[in-house]
Amino acid sequence: MLRPVAKGVKAMEKATLLSLYRTMRLIRRFEERIVELINRNEIPGVTHEYVGEEAVATGVCSVLRPDDVITSTHRGHGHILAKGGQPRRMIAELMGRESGYNRGRGGSMHIADLSLGIYGANGIVGAGAPIACGAAFAAKLNGKDRVAVAFFGDGATNQGVVHEAMNLAAIWSLPVIFVCENNGYAISASIKEMATIERLSDRARGYGMPGEWVDGMDVLAVRGAAEKAVAHARRGEGPTFLECRTYRFVGHFTAERALNIRYRGDEEIAEWRKRDPVETFPAWLEREGIATAAETEGVRREVEGALEDAIAFARASPFPQGEEALDGMYATSYPNLPARGV
Amino acid sequence: MREIRYLEALSEALREEMRRDPRVVVIGEDIRHSLRGMTKGILQEFGPNRIFDTPISEAGFTGLATGAAMAGMRPVVEFQINALLFLAFDQLVDQALKLRYMMGGQGKVPVTYILPASGARPGLAGQHADHPYPLLLHMGMKAAMPSTPRDAKGLFTAALRDDDPVMIFAPAALGGTRGPVPEGDFVIQLGQAEVKRKGNDMTIVAVGPLVPAALKVAEELAGDGISAEVVDPRSLLPIDHETIVGSVRKTGRVVIFDDSNRTCGFAAELAAIIADEAFESLRAPVKRVTRADVPVPFSPPLENYVLPTRDKLLAKCRALAKA
Repeated sequence: MLRPVAKGVKAMEKATLLSLYRTMRLIRRFEERIVELINRNEIPGVTHEYVGEEAVATGVCSVLRPDDVITSTHRGHGHILAKGGQPRRMIAELMGRESGYNRGRGGSMHIADLSLGIYGANGIVGAGAPIACGAAFAAKLNGKDRVAVAFFGDGATNQGVVHEAMNLAAIWSLPVIFVCENNGYAISASIKEMATIERLSDRARGYGMPGEWVDGMDVLAVRGAAEKAVAHARRGEGPTFLECRTYRFVGHFTAERALNIRYRGDEEIAEWRKRDPVETFPAWLEREGIATAAETEGVRREVEGALEDAIAFARASPFPQGEEALDGMYATSYPNLPARGV
Repeated sequence: MREIRYLEALSEALREEMRRDPRVVVIGEDIRHSLRGMTKGILQEFGPNRIFDTPISEAGFTGLATGAAMAGMRPVVEFQINALLFLAFDQLVDQALKLRYMMGGQGKVPVTYILPASGARPGLAGQHADHPYPLLLHMGMKAAMPSTPRDAKGLFTAALRDDDPVMIFAPAALGGTRGPVPEGDFVIQLGQAEVKRKGNDMTIVAVGPLVPAALKVAEELAGDGISAEVVDPRSLLPIDHETIVGSVRKTGRVVIFDDSNRTCGFAAELAAIIADEAFESLRAPVKRVTRADVPVPFSPPLENYVLPTRDKLLAKCRALAKA
């Protein structure tokens, strides 16, 4: 449950609080609309939906600047939207269109917008962590106070390259925030079986960096913890491991329901759903008199409109031509590269 | 022209580029003390913000270089031995190499990977003597393997100025060889093979550390009255089809002498290119002298049996001349 209103929260601008709600609502509805489009075969393949985890990306990205960098995961739509990604170009990408962020070369697991500091979703668990360190390394060498956030899940905390990245960030005091979205499951594997510690953020001590644990269903708690970690990094004091305990309300990926696999009970899902940030946060805003029901309804209407517009834009966008598939592989080109298949 | 050693040529290319371009930084293991000899003097000349000794974290520092390159740096990553590429493979192939394409052509990843002790030297055995460049080429990684100090400086400089990931395999066996190297700015573009010795009766396509042996074999063949042309691809990807195929069109006979494994190796690719583009000129089957598909064994007679050697090439060429 959300905590009672703290003094600092009251002081937080109403516009900021409503924008946190807007981002969470946008992510939720984006994912729900995407599933509809997949089921109608308008989107090839499957996606990994961020439903339930909205407060994490929203809270963290709300304290980032446009020039800060993020690396994301296979479950990346939420991070990208929260960092300012345009629904139009995201949905166009998911539909494989030329107007998509990646011109149809990437799809869900690779959406990127370097101009927004989004160094890409990533299909390999944990692989973005050292890349975020690299962006932070460049910032530090160039004397810029930019920070980098590596988003990853509980599963990635057992991936070797994540440990390597954390150690590198610590020894060189890089401005990185390692945001672990602990949703309890790596696909079907419970983190309780895959790690012996209750709080993954305890591992931070082993690298000599601060480790923070926060309720990932509480967008203000996430924002507060991220604010502290980002300020620490910007001051040149190095990385933080920020664990956000959260939950995925839906399957690992769109088609999981059809597989009929059971690795968690309905009661567990129902318990977590009671804490759904996309429901509890606007209710709290109204209860505390921060926003009226009409205002939160206005946010919802605006989000629906933005998604309708994005879907219409994507549907109207042309597909790339097949023979353009060899473009974009190399920045410096040579004859005979890339090799053709025929 | 002044003569310097192969490793000195690499080092010169790197230092000249670091003077020219402040975005170039060097990342790797034991490089401040220059275990491999290539980064000697860099800490002293450029200071600690241009050269970084890393922990034993090949995947980690490879990924870090990718992120730094995307953010505007031009990192050079040194791998002490080729087998370390296996530890970094996801970061090399799935990340550094694929990201630009998957992002629809956004940004660039200008990282140069340098392997200053590439391939076999006597007694290094199964995990320190690999030459797995075909794995990287297979995935589309640009790469070159210079065989002379001159080529080392020119190709390394080209790689440093390329806006994509490029891998320079610098054979351990050649590190101490001396040769003429131009002073100052000197670039050999990727994708340009070189005829290292002219001939008319057969072509030997020799790669990297095997080029000096191929030249000796050509000399011996000349004693037999066989005129062998030695072509050095130099650039592994892109491949210079024209020079290689052109030589085979002239001679009609070819042996590919390559220090990677047999199956799906670099020689196999060259054989396919030659069969495809010069079939009508061939007067005998395309022959290969390569490594056998086992780890490099330790004991000298075993090692000698597995690696491509001068004797094996000579025998193959003599047989081919009669074919």
